[in-house]
Amino acid sequence: MSSKANIVTEPDIIFGKLTWDVIPFTDPVILPVMLACLLGGIGLFAFITKMGKWGYLWREWLTSVDHKRIGIMYMIVAVVMLVRGFSDALMMRAQQALATADEVGAGYLPPEHYDQIFTAHGTIMIFFVAMPLVIGLMNIVVPLQIGARDVAFPFLNSLSFWLFVVGALLVNISLFVGEFAATGWLAYPPLSGIEYSPWVGVDYWLWALQISGIGTLLTGVNFFVTILKMRAPGMRLMQMPVFTWTALCTNVLIVISFPILTVTLTLLTLDRYVGTHFFTNDLGGNQMMYVNLIWAWGHPEVYILILPAFGVFSEVTATFSRKRLFGYTSLVWATMAIMILSFVVWLHHFFTMGSGASVNAFFGIATMIISVPTGVKIFNWLFTMYKGRVEFSASMWWTLSFLFTFTIGGMTGVMLAIPAADFVLHNSLFLIAHFHNVIIGGAVFGYFAGFTYWFPKATGFMLDEKLGKLSCALWTVGFFVAFMPLYILGFNGMTRRLNYYDNPEWTMLLWVAAFGALIVLAGIVTQLYMGYVSIRDRDQNRDLTGDPWNARTLEWATSSPPPFYNFAKTPVIHDRDEHQYNKDRNTAYAVPESYEPIHMPRNTWCGIVMSGFALIMGFAMVWHIWWLAAFGFIGIFASVIIYSFERDKDYYVQVDEIEALEAAHLVHVNPQGLRAMQDKKSNLEA
Amino acid sequence: MIKNILKCFLVIVPVFLLSGCDLALFDPKGPVAEEAKSLIIISTLLMLIIILPVLFMIVYFPYKYRKNNKTEDYRPDWEHSTKIEIVVWTVPTLIVIALSYVTYVTSHSLDPRKPIVSDQEQMVIQVVAMDWKWLFIYPEQGIATVNEISIPVNTPIQFQITSDTVMNSFFIPRLGSQIYAMAGMENRVHLMASQEGTFRGVSANYSGFGFSGMKFKVHSVDNEGFANWVAKVKQSEQVLNSETLKQLQEKTKDHPIEYFSQVVDQQFEKLIEKYSGAKNVE
Amino acid sequence: MTTTADLQQQDQAHDHHHDTGGDTVFGFWIYIMSDCILFATLFATYAVMSTSFAGGITPKDLFDLNFVLGETALLLFSSFTFGMAMLYAHRKSMPGMITWLCITFALGVGFLAMELYEFHHFSTSGASPQTSGYWSAFYGLVATHGLHVTGGLIWMLVLFAHFKRDGFSKANMVRLACLSLFWHFLDVIWICVFSVVYLMGVL
Repeated sequence: MSSKANIVTEPDIIFGKLTWDVIPFTDPVILPVMLACLLGGIGLFAFITKMGKWGYLWREWLTSVDHKRIGIMYMIVAVVMLVRGFSDALMMRAQQALATADEVGAGYLPPEHYDQIFTAHGTIMIFFVAMPLVIGLMNIVVPLQIGARDVAFPFLNSLSFWLFVVGALLVNISLFVGEFAATGWLAYPPLSGIEYSPWVGVDYWLWALQISGIGTLLTGVNFFVTILKMRAPGMRLMQMPVFTWTALCTNVLIVISFPILTVTLTLLTLDRYVGTHFFTNDLGGNQMMYVNLIWAWGHPEVYILILPAFGVFSEVTATFSRKRLFGYTSLVWATMAIMILSFVVWLHHFFTMGSGASVNAFFGIATMIISVPTGVKIFNWLFTMYKGRVEFSASMWWTLSFLFTFTIGGMTGVMLAIPAADFVLHNSLFLIAHFHNVIIGGAVFGYFAGFTYWFPKATGFMLDEKLGKLSCALWTVGFFVAFMPLYILGFNGMTRRLNYYDNPEWTMLLWVAAFGALIVLAGIVTQLYMGYVSIRDRDQNRDLTGDPWNARTLEWATSSPPPFYNFAKTPVIHDRDEHQYNKDRNTAYAVPESYEPIHMPRNTWCGIVMSGFALIMGFAMVWHIWWLAAFGFIGIFASVIIYSFERDKDYYVQVDEIEALEAAHLVHVNPQGLRAMQDKKSNLEA
Repeated sequence: MIKNILKCFLVIVPVFLLSGCDLALFDPKGPVAEEAKSLIIISTLLMLIIILPVLFMIVYFPYKYRKNNKTEDYRPDWEHSTKIEIVVWTVPTLIVIALSYVTYVTSHSLDPRKPIVSDQEQMVIQVVAMDWKWLFIYPEQGIATVNEISIPVNTPIQFQITSDTVMNSFFIPRLGSQIYAMAGMENRVHLMASQEGTFRGVSANYSGFGFSGMKFKVHSVDNEGFANWVAKVKQSEQVLNSETLKQLQEKTKDHPIEYFSQVVDQQFEKLIEKYSGAKNVE
Repeated sequence: MTTTADLQQQDQAHDHHHDTGGDTVFGFWIYIMSDCILFATLFATYAVMSTSFAGGITPKDLFDLNFVLGETALLLFSSFTFGMAMLYAHRKSMPGMITWLCITFALGVGFLAMELYEFHHFSTSGASPQTSGYWSAFYGLVATHGLHVTGGLIWMLVLFAHFKRDGFSKANMVRLACLSLFWHFLDVIWICVFSVVYLMGVL
């Protein structure tokens, strides 16, 4: 991790900049982590080998194109990365609590290390925790909610996932081989340029984001087409469940904003590798352009993260209030208004750059206008509970905690949107408190609500409700204890990203914040324990009906976990709350006269192999190993070309298999119907 | 649960407010910071008009319509009310209109480029962000300092800001607005101290490994005190010329305060020219 | 409201949705829209950098409109020839389609060769990507278009092999339709490059 070791002036032709010196064998913080990861990895490898599960893993998971399995894999990676990103947070809180001293060297982390940690924390939490949670939830839920067999392009879906994994791997490799960027999570140049950051950290950042970003862009195209083209017959746009609506808007945002990220990262890459002058201080470079471009992507990204969470709250509130969602139409229009407005507010991230008063006022007011549709959504959820029968399940706890926390975060957001107020609050801990308030209290609580809510759908058994509520309580209290002090510190003029400070007045509040982080840690540990307990006791907590919450939308009409083809018969939609509609009319779980073969895509090696080549290319580019980078690059395209010549890409599921799978579900939800059908069939055969 | 959260919140907030009774932003020492403070308070109050009822509803609705409370009205198919829709769209809109008005007015009145109106004549201080220190040049007095400035109280100051390195942000919390320092460009912020005292100045934009030590002291003094301070700086043996500037350009952390009794050539203008100007400038 | 007949029709389409070309072509359209934004960002960058010469060489000193007009003619004509290939493909005439695709391919190679020659000429005349912000943006934009054309040409080669093996199969027709969209899209982008970069550059 040290920056001195790896500035090699003359890259080797075989190994590029790579030498033994870049592996931090002597770092007392890194070495134990490295050994633990190594042992854990070897242990996992040995375990899978001993159980003889490699074949199973490869056939059923790693090469899977089933949207539900891909969704589950997204979730697993997200949880692992959450632990990594949260460790960074704890280290930062500890450093700031300990570092009251007016000179470099205070606390236990030198700036060279600490600055990488806050960069990694931001990058990991946004790109490798929040994004996979969003995309994972969409994967599990959207095709089921619209009654589709899979997404529009199942192979692309697998590729998207594996490209995302490559990004996550590159970030983690940087911990052990070389170092990560020390530039802040958005890597503003010229600091991130080759002149001021000559080591490989920024290159890791660039390639990790570039590769996973392309995966995200493919996801955006994929789900956009899925939602627009593959809805079950009868489902008009204004009959889509709200989660699907928010997913649609999120994917529109992805398709529009991620190309901007691609270009921005490419230009910075060219500056670093080729010596161009897009963002350099001299020779006509323009650093302000980078800041504009990165936020032209970055602000829509915020809504990419939060809109699906809004969708989750809409589903959860309606289900657990035992009521139709209040103001569906205005919720949908509010979502679209937010989607459009999110493109005209990016400048509010840098009012202090010195644009004119009128420009600042325009972007400030545009930002405030977003708070209107957002506020409307909050009222809609409130009036969904109004005259309902509110049941306090764990996912409802997350929702209520969200409502309370997010409302406060929204208020501080509007304060930051006033340019003249932002001039004193910008880049302070007030800003840090604000965006954690909306990202944790808004997006993350939403993902946890959705995780709890759809967990039985994805796996077939329930999560432990008590532990779920406990973790919600710990997260909520921990959040307030950790971040309310930061608001105060911001008012006291403390800026972000400080490694040490000379103001002893700040110390007490920083200790409170560190304590809050420990409470959140307890929340995370509770969640991990909840996962363990729920898996251990899964046989007692089976969801046999497929509808454990007595919920309203289509995904609950099929079994839990759903058969790989989702619905044996494509449903025909009558109502927004289709499943509730059928339950009210006793037409749910109807047994069809007969089944027909179902056309399904086959699993494919291509996504994971292409991504393997992408990993090789990314790593080689970071270390300037040109021959290996070329090998990886060619490998990527060779794989996809070979794949395009494969003939056997899909198959038909036979009626016998469908009948058996469906009977296993129907026996729990409609035994009479099932018996009648079986009798009829045996009569016919006789 | 919700009650617990509320309780925690009600206990924690006053404790914090008490602990921070002399918060920098709420204890302004100049007119710009003063206006920013009242702006923060006014906007908060405006928003509380809607935030408070919402927070109340968030606690009250789920409590009142809880599953076990069978006495309450239950209408599972009720999903639309034009009256409620009108209210929930208009009330936030009205508040946003009010806030927009405040935003528009203050964006112009607190524009960093706008000189402060005063009977005193404006003084210019040129500011250069370097790795990792602040260089200040007083063109009118012909002196320069590192990491310390002195300003006469009640005199409007025009800070002309640039960078000789990466992006930084020039910020004196008790005096008000910050602005980015960027190479090859000149940004301006107008500030004034209305009280005497010593204030902290910082870089508010992360700029690398020495960032945390990139801070400076601001002495706000009366005219006599300022004259004395200038005289003190003029006694320094150091002169700011291309030689000493080159020494300053070395990366240093926690750089000590330095005085330069004289500034040779227009160093500030030359630094801007270096990045924005002709092609091959050293 | 949808009629029952509509529902049945949709139902049938639904059961085969994994290989219906319609979704693929629609998805490819969406991809092209995102590619459009990628180019829009590069154009915006170019516009911001349009005067950042840093005292160095300017496009007026170097641009030769006649040469670029030649390049443009090659690419525009290749769009026309691709259109011809599509017509023959719809008539299921293999020799016609292959001939016109080969002409398209040759024109594309010609365009690329001219572009590479131009880049070589510029960088040896003191305007390399490292010269100034303007030239970085110039090469960034024009070369991104050039890389897309290269990608299109490689795709065309792969498509020849596909057609050789499977003839006018449904999958191949979808592939051809997508490549055709892509090729025409690159033409449209080039017209923008020609107007914004070259025409405005010599003004």
